[in-house]
Amino acid sequence: MRQFNFSLPPIAWATAGVLVSFTLLFLLMPGQAMATDAAGGAAAMDTQPWWFWPLVLLVFCFFLGIIAVLAGVGGGVLYVPLVSGFFPFHLDFVRGAGLMVALAGALAAGPGLLRRNLASLRMALPMALIASASSIGGALLGLYLSQLNPDILQICLGSTIVGIAVLLLMSKNSAIPDVKKQDALGMAFGIGGTYFDESMNEKISWKTHRTPQALFTFILIGVLAGMFGLGAGWANVPVFNLMMGAPLKISVATSKFLLSITDTSAAWIYINQGCVIPLMAIPSIIGLMLGSFVGVRLLSIAKPKFIRYMVIVVLLFAGLKAIDKGLHIGLLG
Amino acid sequence: MSPHTDPDTRPMPEQIIYANILGMGAYLGILIMVVTYILYVTGTVGAHIELEMVVRNWHLNVQEFIQVTNSPYGWGWVGLLGKGDYLNFLGMALLALLTIVCYLVLLPGFVRRKDWTYFSICLAEVVVLSLAASGIFGSGGH
Repeated sequence: MRQFNFSLPPIAWATAGVLVSFTLLFLLMPGQAMATDAAGGAAAMDTQPWWFWPLVLLVFCFFLGIIAVLAGVGGGVLYVPLVSGFFPFHLDFVRGAGLMVALAGALAAGPGLLRRNLASLRMALPMALIASASSIGGALLGLYLSQLNPDILQICLGSTIVGIAVLLLMSKNSAIPDVKKQDALGMAFGIGGTYFDESMNEKISWKTHRTPQALFTFILIGVLAGMFGLGAGWANVPVFNLMMGAPLKISVATSKFLLSITDTSAAWIYINQGCVIPLMAIPSIIGLMLGSFVGVRLLSIAKPKFIRYMVIVVLLFAGLKAIDKGLHIGLLG
Repeated sequence: MSPHTDPDTRPMPEQIIYANILGMGAYLGILIMVVTYILYVTGTVGAHIELEMVVRNWHLNVQEFIQVTNSPYGWGWVGLLGKGDYLNFLGMALLALLTIVCYLVLLPGFVRRKDWTYFSICLAEVVVLSLAASGIFGSGGH
């Protein structure tokens, strides 16, 4: 008897999951009664039972978590533009949940990175102080803009997301950059160290340069992270790796650890302002975390380059949709 | 030499304590979130804002949402911990407080090493995070 093989590579299931989630969202959009909000924009008034959107969010975030790990980006950077574009929640609550999502992911990853000495405390702590202080400013600015005119925030969010997609497309990481001479500030902070690279089976010593420039850049990163609730792994890694010259593994690990500090300060601003709705925030956190665990297991068999390009396309689309929404053009639905 | 015994590649002891607190706290926070969420959505613990009311209003901006649903802001949720929806904030607040606790653990290590630069950075970070948590930078319901 002829046997059919229905097994697909797991990555195909993950991609299919996101596509199915998107299709479902598009199909359900016309089913929502539209109401006009106080700001004059069109906002969706739900006619679905209360459990519908949290359940869709849980499933959607599960697949998003898989894709985020495989593409090497944080959950927050995908979560905020996609959920604000396709779900009926106000951007204030999406940003609040986005920060909680990024924070929970960073906190869960932090211990392993610290124990293996991959996350560098000496590099993270000065940058974290700058970034967390500015993320408070960013969060307050974002909430002010949202109150003033949410369209401005949508356009800024869209432009930032398009910028991130271009950054992901253009940036070429360097595994172990060559740093000839450490700058005075980096030396004073004692930034540098030695780690054991398991893939190369050797001890790697490293140091950094351009510390003042990096500190300045972290002001901007902090503001953007707080303003849009994005997390900031997309920006931390290039700064550590390309600007400061830290090895890629140290940069990725330190970036993840840094997020746990930067997002803490901004998360408190959003919690205190009432921007966290547990009914939608908790399924997002749980879905993304479960998806991340599965994503880590799929890393060895996935084709990260394909996933990365797919994420860049999704980010470009999500960014353009946010701009479209902010400008009320209506080209992208 | 194994990477775990090599003094060059070994993290400082406070870093391990930091990692242990972070690990336990993060998983405890997530577990609390899952349990309290189940209690909330199953109606085991009654909510301050009815589920249907949340769904009807989550398209509003935060000021309008607070006004319409009579939600608390700042640390007001602590007074409503007996309600299913605000019970959920326990897990989230634990996650958001973890880093402050971990930084306090780092401080004695830097004092022992007389590393005053990093001691000051840590202390300043504790102040920044505590100020953010305090609600001093403005709480909703303008």
